[in-house]
Amino acid sequence: MTRLPAVLALALLPLVLASLFWDPAMLRAVAERDPALARTILMELRLPRTALAVLIGGALGLGGAAMQGLLRNALASPDVLGPSTGASLGAVFAGYFLGGGVLAVAAGGMAGALVALALLLALAGPAAGTATLVLAGVAISALAGALVNLALSLAPSPYALYDVMFWLLGSLADRSLPQLGIAAPIILVAGALLLRQARSLDSLALGEDVAETLGVDVARLRWTVVVATGVMVGAGVAVAGSIGFVGLVVPHLVRPLVGNRPGATLLPAMLAGAVLLVAADMAVRVPVNGQELKLGVLTALLGAPFFLWLVVKGR
Amino acid sequence: MSLAATALARPPMLGATDIVLHPGALVGLVGPNGAGKTTLLRALAGLGHGPGTVTLDGTPLAVLPARLRAARLAWLPADRDVAWPMRARDVVALGLAGAGNDDAVADALARADAAAFADRRVDTLSTGERARVLLARALVNRPAVLLLDEPTANLDPGHRLHVMDLLRAEAGRGAIVLVALHDLDLAMTRCDRLLLVADGALVADGPPAEVLDAARLAAIFGVARSAEGWVTAGRSVAP
Repeated sequence: MTRLPAVLALALLPLVLASLFWDPAMLRAVAERDPALARTILMELRLPRTALAVLIGGALGLGGAAMQGLLRNALASPDVLGPSTGASLGAVFAGYFLGGGVLAVAAGGMAGALVALALLLALAGPAAGTATLVLAGVAISALAGALVNLALSLAPSPYALYDVMFWLLGSLADRSLPQLGIAAPIILVAGALLLRQARSLDSLALGEDVAETLGVDVARLRWTVVVATGVMVGAGVAVAGSIGFVGLVVPHLVRPLVGNRPGATLLPAMLAGAVLLVAADMAVRVPVNGQELKLGVLTALLGAPFFLWLVVKGR
Repeated sequence: MSLAATALARPPMLGATDIVLHPGALVGLVGPNGAGKTTLLRALAGLGHGPGTVTLDGTPLAVLPARLRAARLAWLPADRDVAWPMRARDVVALGLAGAGNDDAVADALARADAAAFADRRVDTLSTGERARVLLARALVNRPAVLLLDEPTANLDPGHRLHVMDLLRAEAGRGAIVLVALHDLDLAMTRCDRLLLVADGALVADGPPAEVLDAARLAAIFGVARSAEGWVTAGRSVAP
């Protein structure tokens, strides 16, 4: 049971290597003709793409597990409270008004996530209970979603619409070092903060009042989880678009293996999320109909049937 | 050591009340539905933000560091909810302050007569079995103060008495024990002292026989003792 994180880490390693050295025959051919080009491919395309898959997959798995633990609800996902929809909105705005540069979109997405979090704090208030928090988050999420759709219907040109639509589907293709530089520090810091909440989230299984008598500052725990998850998932959306279902589904996969303890789910969910997203990101590189599939499309295609299976199993 | 509550005046609860609890005695808390038993227990556990002060050995709970308070005081709510289908032993381990200790968990489960289902998931247990697991969670840390909200609810007669014996033993080892009870027989026969609350106020505090005299039983609970056992007094069912 305690070996689960080690097993998952061992599973992640070969996947990371496979993702880095994808299509080795092609890489070798390039290296023989132009070693500098091969190095560029590795360092500026493969490395950031693989690292982002690990980081964002980990952020989604960890964020989902933390949010489900906090809300004591297995149907919570890391984007339920609005920051990721806010990030989508911010990125779409930056795409329209700031020219759609890589950094502008990422910064816009990050700003959108932070605005959504600030709105959540203002709307729910610092002492808000969980139910108020969820209501406020769902409202913010719906508003941001509506504004994204408004922006889409007011697209300045069909090309802009096409770009934004594709971006929203979620992908790690052609991401490079600048995006990694933006997302990595945010995800690493917020992730470390979340992992430290394991014991408090365990206590929350007995209710907020019992957790309080067990020495947990529930109000602080709530905002730590909400803000850390929000900025982490927001950073992911800002550089890769929205990648659905990983955060919802992955905690379900690992939770039974750790005795259904919400805190003990955090680390394995993070690692399993990374495994899943690195694998999925390799799967989408196999062209379908001459096109790379979008990563967010594949995760939804895998995640939704899994959820159906959960429903059937629980019936 | 003592746990003292002063003037927990908070509508609708307990106007100007002074309660002092000492180790060694098994103290029962009785009163009709809605009288304020749960509110009083919560206030004593440091939950809620009413006026009034609860002090442990003279130190207000509010200024006691959370970890220290958690190590010394355990509160068991009346509801039996566990949000996740965890194993019984993992639920009990939540009551440990600091690092896990398997021996303490096994011991607490055994004391609550719940060792037989230590490895079962709590969602597969009956309500009474789950109640014993949650009681073991409150006991596991050997707290100095035990505040228990109806720990005997949902239990069969044998386990009800077992729990009272267990609480007697906890008081015997020097813990402050306050237990809310609806079973007046248990309260009268097993407690050293009773607190009676009604309409949000402390009505009586003393030896069980004095606190639950015939007049109070009739006026507050609407019951009377007779040769056939308990009968209703002054409350009738319309035909």
